[in-house]
Amino acid sequence: ILSATVDAAADTQGTSAPETVVPSSVPQPKDDFQEELVIRPLHSGDIYASFQFRTLWDTDFMRENKVSHYRLFPKSLGQVISKFSVRELHISFTQGYWRTMQWGQPFIPSPPGAELWVWFQDSVTDVDATWKELTNVLSGIFCASLNFIDSTNTVQPSASFKPLGIGNVTDHSFLRYATLPREIVCTENLTPWKKLLPCGSKAGLAVLLKSEKLFHSSFHSQAVHIRSVCQDWQCKTTSWELRQTVNSVFDLHNSGQAKREWSLFKMFSRTLTEACPLASSSKLYIDITDNPQQFELSPATSLLSQAVVLGDRRTFSVYDLTQETTFGSVRSLNLLIRWKSNEGEMLRPLLHAERYVAGYGLQTGEIHTLMYNNHPYRSFPVLLLDSVPWYLRLYIHTLSVTSKGKDNKPSYIHYEPSKDRVKPHLLEMLIQLPPNSVTEVTVQFERALLKWTEYPPDPNHGFYVGSSVISSLVPSTVAMDTNSTRERPLFSSFFPCKEESSYFVRIYTEPLLVNLPTPDFSMPYNVICLTCTVVAVGYGSLYNLLTRSFQIEEPNPGLAKRIANVIRKMRGVPPL
Amino acid sequence: MAITEVERRRGQLAALSIAAVVIIVGVPLWWRTTETYRAWLPVSQIKDLAKLQLHLSADVEVVFARGTVTPEQQKKVPLTQTQDEEHAVDGDLLVQFIILRLQNMKPYRTATIMEEDALKKPTAAEADLSLHMLSESPCGSLVVYVIPESSSLLPEDVNVYIGQRRTALVRISAQMRVGKTLEQLLAQLEPRIKQVLQVMSFSHTDITVALSDRVRFRPGNKESIADSMRAFKSSPGYEITFSLLNPDPKSHQLHWDIEGAVQTYIQPLLTKLSPLANFSIDSQTLYYTMLGVTPRFDSSLEAYTLNADSLAHVINPVEARLGSNAASSNPVLNFLLYVPDIRHSPLYIHDHRKQEVPSNAFHSPRWGGIMVYNVNGFYGSETEFPVHVNINMAKVMGVFLAQLRLLLGVQSLSPPPGFLVAPCGSTGLADWELDRLMWSRSVENIATATTTITSLAQLLDQIGNIVINDNIAQQVSSAVTSLQLAMAELEVGNLGFALQYSKEAILASEKAFFDPSLLHLLYFPDDQKFAIYIPLFLPMCVPILLSMLKIVSEVRQRRREKQAKKE
Repeated sequence: ILSATVDAAADTQGTSAPETVVPSSVPQPKDDFQEELVIRPLHSGDIYASFQFRTLWDTDFMRENKVSHYRLFPKSLGQVISKFSVRELHISFTQGYWRTMQWGQPFIPSPPGAELWVWFQDSVTDVDATWKELTNVLSGIFCASLNFIDSTNTVQPSASFKPLGIGNVTDHSFLRYATLPREIVCTENLTPWKKLLPCGSKAGLAVLLKSEKLFHSSFHSQAVHIRSVCQDWQCKTTSWELRQTVNSVFDLHNSGQAKREWSLFKMFSRTLTEACPLASSSKLYIDITDNPQQFELSPATSLLSQAVVLGDRRTFSVYDLTQETTFGSVRSLNLLIRWKSNEGEMLRPLLHAERYVAGYGLQTGEIHTLMYNNHPYRSFPVLLLDSVPWYLRLYIHTLSVTSKGKDNKPSYIHYEPSKDRVKPHLLEMLIQLPPNSVTEVTVQFERALLKWTEYPPDPNHGFYVGSSVISSLVPSTVAMDTNSTRERPLFSSFFPCKEESSYFVRIYTEPLLVNLPTPDFSMPYNVICLTCTVVAVGYGSLYNLLTRSFQIEEPNPGLAKRIANVIRKMRGVPPL
Repeated sequence: MAITEVERRRGQLAALSIAAVVIIVGVPLWWRTTETYRAWLPVSQIKDLAKLQLHLSADVEVVFARGTVTPEQQKKVPLTQTQDEEHAVDGDLLVQFIILRLQNMKPYRTATIMEEDALKKPTAAEADLSLHMLSESPCGSLVVYVIPESSSLLPEDVNVYIGQRRTALVRISAQMRVGKTLEQLLAQLEPRIKQVLQVMSFSHTDITVALSDRVRFRPGNKESIADSMRAFKSSPGYEITFSLLNPDPKSHQLHWDIEGAVQTYIQPLLTKLSPLANFSIDSQTLYYTMLGVTPRFDSSLEAYTLNADSLAHVINPVEARLGSNAASSNPVLNFLLYVPDIRHSPLYIHDHRKQEVPSNAFHSPRWGGIMVYNVNGFYGSETEFPVHVNINMAKVMGVFLAQLRLLLGVQSLSPPPGFLVAPCGSTGLADWELDRLMWSRSVENIATATTTITSLAQLLDQIGNIVINDNIAQQVSSAVTSLQLAMAELEVGNLGFALQYSKEAILASEKAFFDPSLLHLLYFPDDQKFAIYIPLFLPMCVPILLSMLKIVSEVRQRRREKQAKKE
């Protein structure tokens, strides 16, 4: 979202990189690579760094004779697209949870753990089998446990995940969505991700992606998005877009020794020395919207660009890495940000959400989802998607949506009940959020008993329930700001500008960690032993009764009688 | 006393009946409920297959041109003749004794008029072509034309010409013919035809190499071991990947017309080989990929050199970048074109004798080939970087094509003296070369599939815990059926069908062997089983056993008493 708008803005200001002249004998390559890094100092004092690498390729994977000659586009992903007839593929691996209230909106949202959603071409006949095979192949490519995606955690959302590329498909039977909230992301996922870049981690912005620093952060998310996009505004020809992103939030307080100062070298333990020679554009953006009240940049740059990002007009300092002058006389760019003060109010995000499990005991519970509309006077609809594993049996009749103490009836509900060990619950709702309100969605559930082999290792850790997904068109803050006449002429500011009036936001809530009744795992053996013992005791007495031969025995003479007899024997008298 | 006796008898009967219930009902019930499901496998057929008795036969047609046999001889030309030849390939002394029977069925006949016309063409190549136009001989068969000495088709010192298709021309020498009967003539032709057959179809060494998995080599066979280890194992498909390695994209902008080159150079060969396996071709460009070895600077040459010893270390770091094939699990043939970076340019590969390798390329057995492509000719004194280089694909593909032939096992063998082998045409492969490959591949497939099936049967036999699904049983039986069919087709010389069946056999056998359901109950240890059984079985069985012992001893005692009474 960012790169397109920002590039457009940069182009109008005439700051685009000079095109390298290609001799006429050489055919113009049909692929293109761009890289950029956006750094935004956050109000919490953390630093948000977002890398985006985009490979565009003017080709058609669905052709009869298959595409097989790759240049910038990675071969492994190309083969995946053509073998599995993928229309769109989005995969993300995230460690940590994005704190919307402290950090604002991320450029590319992602839930904790792994998330995968794929639109298949309508030529695919057996979507489930293709999906299963695809997850296995992707799990090999990204060294992740995506092979644990099966029918028990896959859903087909009916409204929440529309294709992001071209093609208005509405048949959601070609869509599959799955999350693995338990997935832990680390170096072994980053290395194959970096291998997909044309320059690897040898040149360009990817040099900064060193795992020892990158995973020492509060939030790390890496993603791959594949879709087809238009090449021109008329959309006569299409091309495939591969977008690789890394989003990280670095905790400054931990690493900065209380000094509010930050540099590329401190954050990544590397500096930039060159752009990737294959990239047609390589830029570094610093969000300086709050400058100069808060911080100063060195080296300073004269290039500025403005863009409306997520409904907010931001100003960026731009460093063009394809220019020699960017690197100065030391031939390396080590950007430094020094805070002057830590004042300033952050604009509260208009939409955010949280979720928790309530209730006590190990039998029933209640899932609460809270959605906050912080807009002072506008209401807007949101789509809530919940995918709950089968072992939490939702009581859908207890579903209630309330805002401001009143019942808020969803205008659209799509509910698919779960099937034990086969498929999860899917709940999708379209809810209107009143202005300046909290909307609470609650639903009760019962915890199921699993078979003892179904428990994962360390079952007392609890079971994860993936994040809820909230998708919405949120009214833009730019449009909200009708009073502002700072930069715009009066005649343009009466009606809120159409394009900027609302923007798309997808937010993820926290994943839930639910404790299920967990047996003692030596229990089966104990049970077997106990039943066997009981059976054996019963059987033993029965056997005894049946096989013993009974005979009447002379009653034993009492002790007194015996003593008396002994005495009588000594006296020579016959015994009693 | 009588009452106690009755009680005692009742107790004994009760104990006996409980024991009977346990034995008649309990034991079978326990047995049935804890049994693992094992479907029926054709074990005896698998055992038969394990002996691997292969009979190969090739159809050879011998056609006599005019002037090679006299008219009266012509009438006596026998219609067919079968030649058996047994070749024993020494296998594992204990188990296998492999018998190969080369069976040549030879319908002899004289040439038709059209064939005579074809044989009158000025050169052997043209004759070969027009003979091919006349009749298409099926896969695996041969036609040998016997031509008179006077024929001008062959040069002086050449006696046998092997064409591009499935025909060979054999010149009969004057002293062979003069004043001899037909039988003598045929007897003299015999070794020639055998030689032709060995060149064009299969020979003892080919089959030995194809059976290399099953056969222990005798020392002295080193050459064929090297050959057999170079070529890829037989597989239903291959992925061919061409990678352009550009470690220095800052100085070199490389352009290769791989799409066109593949169409021109590689595709014809693969189309020809398509009955053998499915091929798919990919190409990719990899940047910043270094070789694993730093080349040494040779000041006398003013160039960097890679020694033959260090070539082994080149591949590993590169391979990490090549990426695995996501689309299939077929073996991958890698061909890398390496353009050295500007600081290590030019780069030459040296062989063991420190001589420059003319092609500047090497191959790694069962992996692929690497070629170094120097571009330092493009550096001028004031060249602006990056340099744009258009890679000469003809030069590159020539090397890769030769390596591809080697890796696929198309061997360019040295013909016996007096033989002339026609140079292969635009397809890069003669028909008979394909046949040769198909012969050895069929034999190899059959050997591999039998090994897989036999070891699976052995494994299932040894480990009783493994569950055998119906699915696996079905795969095994279909593999066995395909194997039998393949061997039967080989015996009658239907090469195409034999290869087809052998491929099916391999697929089915691998599927059965690698089925994950075989592993489910494999690790269910016996000690745990008994730990679970003991609390139930011990208290139940001990009283039964004790009362049985008691009954037995009482019966014995009574018998003794009876005997005592009698006496």
